[in-house]
Amino acid sequence: MAAQSYGLVATFDSAPAIYEAAKKVRDAGYKHWDCITPFPIHGLDGAMGLKRSIVPRFSLVGGLCGFSVGMGLIYFTSAIDYPLIVGGKPFFSPLYAFPVAYELTILFTAFATIFGMFFTNRLPMHYHPVLKLDRIADAQDDKFLIVIESRDPKFNAAHTQALLEAAGGKAIAEIEA
Amino acid sequence: MAHADTTVAKPAILAEVKPASLPRAELVENNRSFAWVTDKICGIIEGKTPTWWWVCFTLACALASFTVMGIVYLVSAGVGVWGLANPVNWGWAIVNFVFWIGIGHAGTLISAILCLLRQKWRTSINRAAEAMTIFAVVCAGIFPVFHVGRVWFAWFLFPIPNANGIWQNFRSPLEWDVFAVSTYGTVSVLFWYVGLIPDLAVLRDRFNRAGNKLRATLYGIFAMGWRGSNRNWSNYEMAYLILAGVSTPLVLSVHTIVSFDFAISLLPGWHTTIFPPYFVAGAIFSGFGMVLTLMLPLRAIYKMEDLITQYHIDCMCKIVLATGTIVGYAYGMEFFIAWYGANPYEGFAFINRAFGNYAWAYWIMIACNVITPQFFWFKKVRQNTAFVWVLSIFVNVGMWFERFVITVTSLARDFLPSSWGYYSPTIVDIMTFFGTFGVFSVLFLLFIRFLPVMPMAEIKAVMPQADPHAGHDHH
Repeated sequence: MAAQSYGLVATFDSAPAIYEAAKKVRDAGYKHWDCITPFPIHGLDGAMGLKRSIVPRFSLVGGLCGFSVGMGLIYFTSAIDYPLIVGGKPFFSPLYAFPVAYELTILFTAFATIFGMFFTNRLPMHYHPVLKLDRIADAQDDKFLIVIESRDPKFNAAHTQALLEAAGGKAIAEIEA
Repeated sequence: MAHADTTVAKPAILAEVKPASLPRAELVENNRSFAWVTDKICGIIEGKTPTWWWVCFTLACALASFTVMGIVYLVSAGVGVWGLANPVNWGWAIVNFVFWIGIGHAGTLISAILCLLRQKWRTSINRAAEAMTIFAVVCAGIFPVFHVGRVWFAWFLFPIPNANGIWQNFRSPLEWDVFAVSTYGTVSVLFWYVGLIPDLAVLRDRFNRAGNKLRATLYGIFAMGWRGSNRNWSNYEMAYLILAGVSTPLVLSVHTIVSFDFAISLLPGWHTTIFPPYFVAGAIFSGFGMVLTLMLPLRAIYKMEDLITQYHIDCMCKIVLATGTIVGYAYGMEFFIAWYGANPYEGFAFINRAFGNYAWAYWIMIACNVITPQFFWFKKVRQNTAFVWVLSIFVNVGMWFERFVITVTSLARDFLPSSWGYYSPTIVDIMTFFGTFGVFSVLFLLFIRFLPVMPMAEIKAVMPQADPHAGHDHH
């Protein structure tokens, strides 16, 4: 059985090179493609035409839940389940409950943010065609890759290869799925 | 993110005053390449375990066994084996707890607050400083947990339904502390782990290439299949920014709540509103002292002068100087308010601190915390690495004494002379505390042996070659 193609990969030697190349791929209208870089390159999101990350929405929901859980927990335990007079004070006041609710806001926000990051990135994903490339270790070190997937509607082995060559890509090769 | 070209009109005044253009300090010296950074940092893990590591590790284990013995004895005999007795029922346990928690704060300051302030020099020290935070919280946690006496009931601290049917008193700052410290520990671990993911992927792929399948798999499991995709980086950077954003109020709140343990009480010398900012400044001061104590030997052993440059040391020394001076100001202000408030008990508490039974501890504290950092005004001092290291030890010692002075002087001399006392630690206190330095060192040594001590991706991102507009000069 012939190995199915996942797409094409090209190597770039520097951050400016991949930045310029990414703009060309974006302008050619590709949707299913990616840059593999050893570190986040400033401005590459724009060059790839990526939208702003939606991770903050997860964080907001997490934070609101955390605050509600904190206040709710103290209200339930001190005013409903076992009301106990401490120092002649009311059973519940948001002021004394605030420190705990504040900490739980932060705790839940942190968990939600990380969950959001994993979810939006589809991690953990221990199997991925790109990870099988020999050059992946270089791409974690000092090389930069552009991967264009064959499922992209605009993908055409010859044209895509020409585009990557024109953008300055080296060692262009097919990736096995 | 697209950034605007700098065609913004400059204020006219600039043409007149002609400000000098100061070159920015290089964060990685000697024009090193990306590959050099990767090899340097991964080389520590991939190389053979050095002899000094085994020597230090053995010594650290031996020292850590003191804590283990101290705790085993405490649990089997009871809290009475510590030097706690009326009126000083909070002795070394809380002193050590606040000391270790405070040390942790520099790690979060470096990783979170300096991230928000875009201080790029944080990159080469933040990983080790965050590790320091986590290990310091581990050491801190030992003391309150075992101070409860019957440690198997420590879970009563958390609102878990129990057979007694009653709940925690959420009006107590000690209960707030449970939430603050456990949140702090958890979020610090999460933040550290998120920072590690891309670097673990580097190690996974390097071990794969070297044919070491076992280590590739182990690092690979924790790397979560990270592949450096820019679509992933985009979400990752956003998550990192938010974590920095929530860790900043967290670190400030944790030491604020720790100070509430004292400030919410009615005891002279504790019941002061200056405590939260004063504790936070002190925490950062002591934490940076510890960062210098740890990073300077690491820099020398692994020849990392190109990554932790003189500029980094200068920055850290200046933070120690600034926070040490804030702490000195707080010491002075406490005295002023004690006099100005005209409360005789408050006034006595402070006179007694400086000239009473514990005057020796007070003046050690002043010497270490107020005088020591003043040396950092001088460039010559900051450039003398060995001297900086010695001064950083003084900072650590001084901050331990600060907590001792605050805790013990106020308790030993409260309102009625009939209830006065004098506190001394027992051998069990002393061994348990010194053992925690062993616990900390064991964890830190394991960290530098098995995990990347510096965030490679972050260091690369602040190197000049990382700028995609190199040569265009957009900035």
